[in-house]
Amino acid sequence: MTQKDPKLLIQPGPQLRQEMTTPVVMRDVWYALTPATLAGIWFFGLGAFLVLLASIAGAVLVEWFFSPQEKRRYFLGDGSAILTGWLLGLTLPPALPMWMAFIGGAVAIGLGKTIWGGLGGNLFNPALVGRAFLLATFPIAMTTWTAPGDFFSIPSSVFALPLMQGEVDALTQASPLGLMKFAHKETGFFDLLFGNTSGSLGETSGLLLILGGVYLWWRRDLDWRIPVGILAAAMVFSSILFLIDPDKYPGPIFSALSGGMLLGAIYMATDPVTSPLTPKGTWIFAIGIGLLVILIRVFGGFPEGMMYAILLMNAVTPLIDRYTQPRVFGRGLDSK
Amino acid sequence: MGDLGWIFISALLINNFVLAYFLGLCPFLGVSGKLETSFRLGMATVFVMVITALCAWILNTYVLIYAPYLRLISFIVVIASVVQFIEMVIKKLSPALFRSLGIFLPLITTNCAILGLAIFATNKGYGLWEGLVYALGAGLGFTLAIVLMAGLREETELSEVPVLVKGIAFNLIISGILSMAFMGFAGLFSSS
Repeated sequence: MTQKDPKLLIQPGPQLRQEMTTPVVMRDVWYALTPATLAGIWFFGLGAFLVLLASIAGAVLVEWFFSPQEKRRYFLGDGSAILTGWLLGLTLPPALPMWMAFIGGAVAIGLGKTIWGGLGGNLFNPALVGRAFLLATFPIAMTTWTAPGDFFSIPSSVFALPLMQGEVDALTQASPLGLMKFAHKETGFFDLLFGNTSGSLGETSGLLLILGGVYLWWRRDLDWRIPVGILAAAMVFSSILFLIDPDKYPGPIFSALSGGMLLGAIYMATDPVTSPLTPKGTWIFAIGIGLLVILIRVFGGFPEGMMYAILLMNAVTPLIDRYTQPRVFGRGLDSK
Repeated sequence: MGDLGWIFISALLINNFVLAYFLGLCPFLGVSGKLETSFRLGMATVFVMVITALCAWILNTYVLIYAPYLRLISFIVVIASVVQFIEMVIKKLSPALFRSLGIFLPLITTNCAILGLAIFATNKGYGLWEGLVYALGAGLGFTLAIVLMAGLREETELSEVPVLVKGIAFNLIISGILSMAFMGFAGLFSSS
């Protein structure tokens, strides 16, 4: 029996190396998002791709300018800024002017992350902070949905000059949630599943989003309790409403597949930084989001409530963490 | 949904005094450093607001119909003195309650949220019960906002916030984001 040459190797700790580092997780999410993103670009054309690029550019530039110099290289290297810009881009309307998407990306990183002390310090999901800012600032442009159209025709509003609104020359069409809320018209199941409806850039293709989610779950990057809890709570709540008055309220399947429900539940609410730490807290968080979404969608003034639901539960997360601390091992039952 | 229920939800969430009207910002930013303290401040606010609604209704119904131009000054004077008086009563009767609520009462009494509540209730023409429910909703909404804020602030105590924004600027940014999140409640229950 032979041994290799240094027979005893002595190193300072840590000796165990984790494969799951921040850059690895971020790249996993990139891979998971790719199919749904490609589907979005396929349905909405090259204009959507430009909007996505602008949002990523805003995020990366602000990350580069405003993160502390000694950490800049690491922050840019871990791919989280690109991911934030990407996720924000997926929640934007495909015909949004590029400069607005750029500002959204900049706000998402600037106010959503850098100011909190960088990755890990932020208590609100950065991409959703950017989107909430855009929706409050440009309410009309952010709710102008275009129908899926020709791949090579780019709506001229995408190229609107900075501070200009831009004419939308593409065919506009209300999103499935808008149709439901204001005209009580339900979009077909298969259109919702495959993504051939109007809506935000990356939220329409339910099937591919679920596929990406399964990949993330298989790679253990995602706490399955959050998407399951959100979808279950939302479907139960909307089933109850549906049973009360089927003509007025949307059914559970429609609620789960339409709008940003899947995108939010799988990719945004599961952000490990802004969701609770304990399993019990995670359930509370997820069920809270599910109930708030349906509450805002059905009774609120907006057709879509996913963004607000997640931001509100992000705000409650510190309190949830505080009151669901597990018992310290070895202490009595009454100890916290 | 009933009228009183709607008034309550509206004051609690939709037109939250802090996050939608931006009233009462100085206790909101000043006392939200610790969770326990901020909760007690919130309870004190509920208490003062309910008394305010009662005082405002009595003044509006029995006194101010003869001299409406005295509204502002009489609100301030009467509410402040009634709260001071109740503070003394609590101090005498229940020292424990005074220790948990009492120190905040004078702080809250002269706040713009209190005067705002009296004026809003008057402008909306609320009667006694509507005014009381409105005050309860507004007070609990204030408590909700300040408790959420305290949770967020305690969580960020150890994070590396840039020196440039540390302190009040950072707290204002957090409250701005919180306020954007509360925009989601806009228009709740208005169509049904």
